[in-house]
Amino acid sequence: MTTTAAKPSAPAPERRSGELTLRELLRWCWRQLTSMRIALILLLLLALAAVPGSLVPQERVDALKAGQWKDQHETLTPIYEKLGIFNVYGSPWFAAIYILLVVSLVGCIVPRTFVYWRNLRAEPPAAPRNLTRLPSHATYGTTESADVVLERARTLLRRKRYRLRKDAAEGTVSAERGFLRELGNLVFHLAVLVVLVGFATGTLLGYKGGVILVTGTPFSNTPTQYDDFVPGSLFRAGQLDPFRFTVDDFDVDWLTSGPRTGMARGFQAHMEYQSEPGGEEKKYDLRVNHPLTIGDTDLFLIGHGYAPVVTVRDGEGRVVYDGPTVFLPQGPDLFSFGVIKVPDAKPGQLGFEGFFYPTFANVNGDPVNLNGDDLNPALSLNVWTGDLGLDGGASQSVYVLDKANATALPAKKGMETLRVDLAPGDTAQLPNGLGSITFDRVESWQRIQISQTPGKGIALLGVVLALLGLMGSLFIRSRRVWLRVSEGPDGTLVEIAALDRSGGADTDAVLSDLVADLQEEPR
Amino acid sequence: MTDAAWATLSNQAVAAAAVVYFLALLAYVVEWASLRQVDRSRVLAGSGGPDVEPTSEVDVEKHRDRVAMFGRLGLLLTALAVVIHFVALFSRGMSADPNRVPWGNMYEFTLAGTFVVAALFLAMGRRYALDWLGPVVVTFVLALLMVAVVWLYDPVGPLPEALNSYWLVIHVVSAITATGAFTLGGMTSATYLIKRRRGDKPQTGLWARVPSLEKLDLMSYRIHAFAFPVWTFAVLITGPIWAHQAWSSYWNWDPKEVWAFITWVVYAAYLHARTTAGWRGRNAAILALVGTATLWFNFIGINYFSSSSQHSYAGASAPISQLDRLDR
Repeated sequence: MTTTAAKPSAPAPERRSGELTLRELLRWCWRQLTSMRIALILLLLLALAAVPGSLVPQERVDALKAGQWKDQHETLTPIYEKLGIFNVYGSPWFAAIYILLVVSLVGCIVPRTFVYWRNLRAEPPAAPRNLTRLPSHATYGTTESADVVLERARTLLRRKRYRLRKDAAEGTVSAERGFLRELGNLVFHLAVLVVLVGFATGTLLGYKGGVILVTGTPFSNTPTQYDDFVPGSLFRAGQLDPFRFTVDDFDVDWLTSGPRTGMARGFQAHMEYQSEPGGEEKKYDLRVNHPLTIGDTDLFLIGHGYAPVVTVRDGEGRVVYDGPTVFLPQGPDLFSFGVIKVPDAKPGQLGFEGFFYPTFANVNGDPVNLNGDDLNPALSLNVWTGDLGLDGGASQSVYVLDKANATALPAKKGMETLRVDLAPGDTAQLPNGLGSITFDRVESWQRIQISQTPGKGIALLGVVLALLGLMGSLFIRSRRVWLRVSEGPDGTLVEIAALDRSGGADTDAVLSDLVADLQEEPR
Repeated sequence: MTDAAWATLSNQAVAAAAVVYFLALLAYVVEWASLRQVDRSRVLAGSGGPDVEPTSEVDVEKHRDRVAMFGRLGLLLTALAVVIHFVALFSRGMSADPNRVPWGNMYEFTLAGTFVVAALFLAMGRRYALDWLGPVVVTFVLALLMVAVVWLYDPVGPLPEALNSYWLVIHVVSAITATGAFTLGGMTSATYLIKRRRGDKPQTGLWARVPSLEKLDLMSYRIHAFAFPVWTFAVLITGPIWAHQAWSSYWNWDPKEVWAFITWVVYAAYLHARTTAGWRGRNAAILALVGTATLWFNFIGINYFSSSSQHSYAGASAPISQLDRLDR
């Protein structure tokens, strides 16, 4: 290799253009990152990156829909899964964008805060030599003396809440106003960080869970009682408030006329709860939009439906299933779908799958549901027997019947599979000595969402601060005004110039107002 | 009046408002056409012989009066249409049982949104000298009213339970106000871009009435500067508060929320772009248009792309998500 590098006294090797040392490179990167141009591009990237999450169902938002979507798109699913499209807002690339944006924001705001602090204590700058070179300026002549004009200008500007330079040069006035504008700007950007902290607190320390409870079933707040439970990554089970509650009664206000006849106008769950074991028994009517807060936990009523109560006897005459079964509403009229699994039945396991009609009617031979209210309830089920796949230990959804190793019971004649239609009180005998099923009555269930969202106060404080800062930075005008007078043989020449630093104001209008005020005053 | 009578009145008022908006548009079109004539006569007056001059001066005077008259007529008709539009909204609210605010489904949102656009145009018109924007506003409102009546119409019904909250007033009023203002801002930004493209071509006819590029830019900025905090209030304060009450979580990444956030980010970028070298002017105006596009996509379009939104107002379907109980 060359020997030049070894010689200590040799001149530094010539640098090609674009060649940077590590330090210079880092500084260059930092400058780029904190520049407004990159911040703008990052903002637009953030907007763009948020789009896919609104078009493809998200696992964290709606797991059921996401699962259905995956079943329908076999080729796209593996690709999307690699890209994190099913969890956009938790994906590394989305995080990369907003983290870079936050770094850029901090890198921009911190130096600006120091500049602001310095400017706050600095005097308004001295008047430029040549005021007429500024984009908006005006001149007028007057017969008044220079001192009179200057004094009036000072009074006028002070009244308009301008700060004046104390040691302004002879024959000039320097004034400045609108310091709160930059303060608003800084507050806005810092508040964005506060919102992020609040949001992150909620995501990491909070949890969200849901449970479907048939009316009258008690609930005590332990993780095992939940149907679904999504804790944040730093959540501890000890955070759970030790409350218990029971929904004693459930009211629905049904619409009886108009285009939405048969749908619910409103519903409320009358519940009794204790904040802690052995505590005082309290009552609350839980409704949509009216959550109940117990300690740090919020309870929400977000859905309701029907749970038919059936009794199943097997071929040996034993009661092998007895109780309410949650059926899922398919629409606002609460026409519902559900599954009843009876693994203990002998001689073979029994599975029922079918529909619940709150108000059953037979219209031209077709079964229809007329109303969400349970005016004429009916249960219509197909019956399966065989291995329901419940013995393997693998968990399966209670709303899905595993039919891989089961066969549908055939109907006597005509129909492909047996369908049993039951009104409350009816019992149907199953063929082949498999047993019987009785439809006893209907109960209602409620879906209660239970969640802890720590940091929501911080987030709210953050957005309110952000809004206040934003309004300050948008509506407070920041401008400088200079005035210079010179006495000549024909009277006094007044030059006045204004500089708007906010980029949204009509300086010419401001200037003409000032000139008018200055000229009018003596009369 | 019975509820049915109120409902009929509302539908008739929508139709009447549309007709009056159309008449206003006609008046504006006549105004434009007349503007062109004035121009020709001025050219004639400049180059013509001595016998042309005296008559054409009278002509110019006459034409100017005519232009002004049609301009005033257009504005007057727009104002009348806005009043009828208000009657339509009011009676829509009265026709529901119980009476409620008239923004509970897409049809009503569109009705209310277009009303705000037209009313804001009238309110801001004086202050910001927006008269020249009249024909654009009227065309836009008319087109959206048609969309509302033809595709979005929904017979009046009571509010679904989730919407039954006073936040419906606060959240939706602010969201619709911001939408109206952003839409006006989009119009001035679009005009800015077209005028800029025209470059040094003579500013004749209707272009003579459009303010200078600097003025247009400033106007757009002021409208956006008004709308942005209102949008922030609607989307990032009242929205989350209501979402927390109704759906148990203040930010659900629901498609409507995501697009409201996207709109917010794009307009934030617009405000930054206006103060950034190389971005102000043309690029900022393009950003404002992108913002308008995301805004209206969110308002109407997203409903057709995503079925999982909790902001779907079609029916009162039970919002049951994550329903997956496992056998244990």
